[in-house]
Amino acid sequence: MKDKPILSVRNLTMHYHTRKGDVSAVDDVSFELARGQSLGLVGESGCGKTSVAFTLLRLLPENAQLLGGNVYLDGCDVLALDNNEIRKVRWRGISMVFQAAMNALDPVYRVGDQIVEALQTHFRGLSETEARDRVTELFPMVGLDPSLMDRYPHEFSGGMRQRAVIAMALSCDPKVIIADEPTTALDVIVQDRILDELRTIQRKMDMSMIYITHDIAVVAEVSDRIGVMYAGRMAELASAVDVFEKPFHPYTHALMNAFPSIEGEKQELKALPGEPPDLLSPPSGCRFHPRCPRRIEACHRLQPPFEDKGEDHFVACWNPREVGNG
Amino acid sequence: MDENGALVNVIGLEKRFAVSAGVFSRVKGYIHAVDDISFDIPLGRSLGLVGESGCGKTTTGKLLARLMDPTAGHIYLNDELMGRIDLAEIRGQELKIFRRRVQIIFQDPYESLNPRRTIYDTVEEPLRVQGTGILVEREARVVQLLELVGLTPAASFLFRFPHELSGGQRQRVAIARALVVNPAFVVADEPTSMLDVSIRIGVMQLMSELAERLNVSYLYITHDLAVARYMCHEIAVMYLGKIVEQGETEEMIKNPLHPYTQALFSAVPIPNPRRDRVAIGIKGGVSAPIDPPQRCRFYDRCLVGDQFCHDNDHPPLEDKGAGHRAACYKV
Ligand SMILES: Nc1ncnc2c1ncn2[C@@H]1O[C@H](COP(=O)(O)OP(=O)(O)OP(=O)(O)O)[C@@H](O)[C@H]1O
Ligand SMILES: Nc1ncnc2c1ncn2[C@@H]1O[C@H](COP(=O)(O)OP(=O)(O)OP(=O)(O)O)[C@@H](O)[C@H]1O
Ligand code: SF4
Ligand SMILES: [Mg+2]
Ligand SMILES: [Mg+2]
Repeated sequence: MKDKPILSVRNLTMHYHTRKGDVSAVDDVSFELARGQSLGLVGESGCGKTSVAFTLLRLLPENAQLLGGNVYLDGCDVLALDNNEIRKVRWRGISMVFQAAMNALDPVYRVGDQIVEALQTHFRGLSETEARDRVTELFPMVGLDPSLMDRYPHEFSGGMRQRAVIAMALSCDPKVIIADEPTTALDVIVQDRILDELRTIQRKMDMSMIYITHDIAVVAEVSDRIGVMYAGRMAELASAVDVFEKPFHPYTHALMNAFPSIEGEKQELKALPGEPPDLLSPPSGCRFHPRCPRRIEACHRLQPPFEDKGEDHFVACWNPREVGNG
Repeated sequence: MDENGALVNVIGLEKRFAVSAGVFSRVKGYIHAVDDISFDIPLGRSLGLVGESGCGKTTTGKLLARLMDPTAGHIYLNDELMGRIDLAEIRGQELKIFRRRVQIIFQDPYESLNPRRTIYDTVEEPLRVQGTGILVEREARVVQLLELVGLTPAASFLFRFPHELSGGQRQRVAIARALVVNPAFVVADEPTSMLDVSIRIGVMQLMSELAERLNVSYLYITHDLAVARYMCHEIAVMYLGKIVEQGETEEMIKNPLHPYTQALFSAVPIPNPRRDRVAIGIKGGVSAPIDPPQRCRFYDRCLVGDQFCHDNDHPPLEDKGAGHRAACYKV
């Protein structure tokens, strides 16, 4: 009994055109997001996480080439919308907390005014008082005192600015919020508070969330489902527990063994040989094959299909680990 | 060696920075970046320095590498080549030897290497500055170090430039450069925090292995407690220029005593979706390091502090059993 997903992404492919050649940043990426669900998108620097988010929102730079795929938001084909229509989808349909967004607040305007303006742009007819009321409601949700509305960004600490940016992203009551590394530059105690607030709000508002990060421990805490990206492709996608406990993909498995933790007894860490590839000339076949301990002949030649192994556990691998799913 | 066998011996170290409103205006006060800290690092062991941004980790590291002079206090190095030296007093030839025995590795492999120098030049430079050996010997040593840090075959890396290497490879070059002159002590300031997971562990393991093989001690600065767990024998937690707790790594992780350490450790996300982590509270805000009041530096954010903590000076860092030290009146 599966609900219709709020967001459905199918075979999304997007390359950047550069002088040196095409960067294959998003290659045949598919996933779904149910209402109220949070999906963690993990992967190492340059694997295409931000590019996936930008493609969903159609916030692409000029050198980007959308080569294929579909994005359905609540049944509406986002990639088919004209520029006017897509503007309505941004913020109200899907809104995004951008990577390093805390540095993106305009220094010359009061923080509250910036959110009020965003609100009025997206809800024509909303009076300034109504918009300010909404900000007064939002600030405490992200742990900010409403009196801070009339301060300037430089009077905020990094954590406070990040909270303001999250409040802004929430202001239009989006169906889906994408948070791109929202806590990466912050101290761990501040990060913990913000994660906690994000989760609470997301649940309370029954909003769906895509949480982008390179930090496996953070996704473990915020996600219902996890998508593991490698070199522009989705390697594995499953419930958070399955990704951690029954990873099919050798890359997912390697990541799990390479992540230090302060929990429990000290486990031996295993380094993964090699480095992620340059997406200007990704490896043939499975993009992980040069580093893979389980590769077989087919891996060199053919791209493994992204297949459901049952129980909504998807993996792209010719020789997956045996994990006794069931 | 001194009595307790420590390689590094820090006593009452302080560093203050003057704060003024503008370039020509009067000094408004002082940032107490490092505020009367004392610790030892035994030979062949590594001390992790952890704590939130701005607590004084990098400043401590720079003082220990003598890239900066302290406002007060002493740093002694008990080196097999140099004997017991007071960093403040070394000059001339001694300073040159010191520059060899103590190295520093920085966080950002993109910035710490000169973009216009080949890998060979970068790694050979400290040898040349030190006047070590003749050219062929230096060449052989560079090749040896590159292989040691896993840049193999060395010949294929020697004449490349930093931009032709990945982040992980660059940090390996920085490690090779630091170790090429046989240091006894290395200050490693967030050496892996810019690296991705799949590369990070390799670099961490390399650093641990080399420390053991070459008998090098680290002051390992990191904001990542899980990394400190794997890299350090001991951990010291800093808060606003003070060491508030110090002890053996596993003991610290399993049994943190100071309320700040407890809050800090309990805020670390756990890579296990089944675990429901419970964070231990701390009051919001960040206290300013500018002319802090004469009481516990953590008082303003502490949930267990009372009138006694308010009325008395910052608590001393005391042994609370088995060498586990904490600076808190309530422990
Ligand atoms: N505008 C662009 N033009 C060309 N290449 C680009 C552009 N933006 C990103 N790329 C490349 O596309 C790939 C994916 O980048 P993306 O920013 O999506 O990665 P990411 O997973 O978000 O990484 P990070 O964790 O570092 O933020 C990288 O190889 C990157 O260098
Ligand atoms: N050269 C300087 N002049 C003035 N203030 C400084 C200087 N260097 C550091 N400080 C201040 O001293 C304090 C300690 O800084 P330090 O760089 O040692 O912190 P840190 O623990 O390394 O932080 P991070 O984790 O952000 O690297 C901070 O308040 C900082 O602003
Ligand atoms: S497809 Fe092959 S190379 Fe790729 S992860 Fe699976 S086994 Fe390894
Ligand atoms: Mg990104
Ligand atoms: Mg620092």
